[in-house]
Amino acid sequence: MSRYRTLFRQSALLYRFRRDKVAIASFSILLLLLIISFAAPFIAPFNPYDPTQIDIMDSNLPPVWQTDGDARFTLGTDTQGRDIWSTMLYGTRISITIGLFAVLLQSLLGIAMGLAAGYYGGRLDSFLMRLADIQLSFSTLMVAIVVLAVFQAAFGSELYNELAIFMLILVIGIAEWPQYARTVRASVLAEKKKEYVDAVRVIGLSRRRIMFRHILPNTLSPILVISTVQVANAIMSEAALSFLGLGMPVNQPSLGSLINSGFQYILSGSWWITTFPALLLILLVLVINLLGDWLRDVLNPKLYKE
Amino acid sequence: MLAFFVHRLGQALVVMFVISLLSFSIQDNLGDPLRELVGQSVSEAERQQLREAMGLNDPFVNQYGRFLKKALQGDLGDSYFFKRPALGVILEKLPATLELVLGATLIILLLSVPVGVYCAINPRSWFSKLMMGVSIVGISIPVFLTAIMLIYLFSIHLGWLPSFGRGETLLIWGGYETGLLTADGLRHLLLPSIALSSIMLPLFIRLIRSEMMEVLEQEYIRFAWARGLKRQRIWFLHALKNTLLPVITVGGVQIGTMIAYTILTERVFQWPGMGFLFLEAVNRVDTPLIIAYLIVVGLIFVVTNTLVDLIYGLVNPTVRLTRGNA
Repeated sequence: MSRYRTLFRQSALLYRFRRDKVAIASFSILLLLLIISFAAPFIAPFNPYDPTQIDIMDSNLPPVWQTDGDARFTLGTDTQGRDIWSTMLYGTRISITIGLFAVLLQSLLGIAMGLAAGYYGGRLDSFLMRLADIQLSFSTLMVAIVVLAVFQAAFGSELYNELAIFMLILVIGIAEWPQYARTVRASVLAEKKKEYVDAVRVIGLSRRRIMFRHILPNTLSPILVISTVQVANAIMSEAALSFLGLGMPVNQPSLGSLINSGFQYILSGSWWITTFPALLLILLVLVINLLGDWLRDVLNPKLYKE
Repeated sequence: MLAFFVHRLGQALVVMFVISLLSFSIQDNLGDPLRELVGQSVSEAERQQLREAMGLNDPFVNQYGRFLKKALQGDLGDSYFFKRPALGVILEKLPATLELVLGATLIILLLSVPVGVYCAINPRSWFSKLMMGVSIVGISIPVFLTAIMLIYLFSIHLGWLPSFGRGETLLIWGGYETGLLTADGLRHLLLPSIALSSIMLPLFIRLIRSEMMEVLEQEYIRFAWARGLKRQRIWFLHALKNTLLPVITVGGVQIGTMIAYTILTERVFQWPGMGFLFLEAVNRVDTPLIIAYLIVVGLIFVVTNTLVDLIYGLVNPTVRLTRGNA
């Protein structure tokens, strides 16, 4: 392990990171957001899931610095009387969880397909890539909206609300596999021509071992680059779906459903219900995108392009 | 070229077939057409009789065959809510959505090409750096938030532009209602179009910039400099041409994304288009309407993608060789 640690300390990645203010700032903000959202039960002043802590008499209070503000609720309350700051923390946790798991699913599916397509080639390759083309031409959001809408209509909203988090992970996870498959396939094709692959083949290693132990590690940098952007995209898709009422339910809100529940009241002047979760969502996606951009510049992989 | 054409057409047909199969299985599993038809007060025996008469007990393939035959004649069943043919209901709302997409596309085209090209030619100028910064922020703001912000700023705060609906529309031939010909309609179109374009615009600026910078590094451009051609000629004729090639493909894919985003935009602005109708249909479990939306949108996707591929094949002959044989 210590060998890897010194390797990392001397790596170009860390060197470049230390010299890039934007990257350091984005990384710190992301880390902070991760910590405060996953520590939400300890940090948040209220538990928005606990009905005994919610009083409808407290509903629709503006932030503390406005005239009607209440000292207990720093950022005000929503129409159900929940503390906005607390629901935001819990909501961020849900958004990040969905984003991470959806990307995990995407990458597992996509890497497997991309490896298979790139390594075996031939009919399997053209079939998988055609499938990827077709699936990409229907945007993820469209596929997700349709699938979730149909499931919601079929299950009824009560059962759907319980399953929402799994459905979101599944749908966003499955819909985006082509991104990974294409990237991995392109790198596999490039790696396959190199001498070390010939060498291990001559040694007589099995195909699977060559694929997973020798080629796959060399495709990691493009995977890392698209993964950051994919997490940002997954979080945005989740927010969009929740905003349409197809995502997380009101009693277990993600950032998107919080924005949705405040949206109806923005016309009547309760701007804080939508604005604070919206700012947090934008900040979260922005720092991930900035990190992704920075990684792309540093690692500079030849990403798949048509 | 002919082989390529046939190949793409065949693929389009396969995709439409899969969409129809999916649509049919949704129809088969979602809601009970009989209940919508006769309500609760009919006895079980009569129900069975009706089921038999309507062919709801037939094997899947027969039912699907019937569905397909009807669908090809443009009959996708009656909407449960509107009590009218679902396809007709959808098509009435199509112009609103198309005009929204048109507005957004115009904004994207008119802004992304000049800005993208400028940023590629002058990568070190303050304007390019500003644009790169703005565009990454732009990519990070979801469409519905841009829409809400626009409403808050221009409708509520400043009161300049209307926040919902299409405004005044004119009926031109064949029941096509357009908002493009009235001042009120255009005023209503402005904010939704900006909102819809907001996520693609930064994407395209970045894409055009990076493609153009790559093209400017190539040998033939260096050769053109060496020949002493005018800058404008090199930039806008030789380089721009090859820059726009990949932009066409990405543009084709983005049309699909754009239609998905119309659902979001239409919800925020209560724009009476297909997406808004679809969301209502989902809430009412109006199965025929959901299906009709799927098929119409699927058709739009398939047609635009096939067209984009064909256009791409026409302007870039190398594609035909590699893809036609695939």
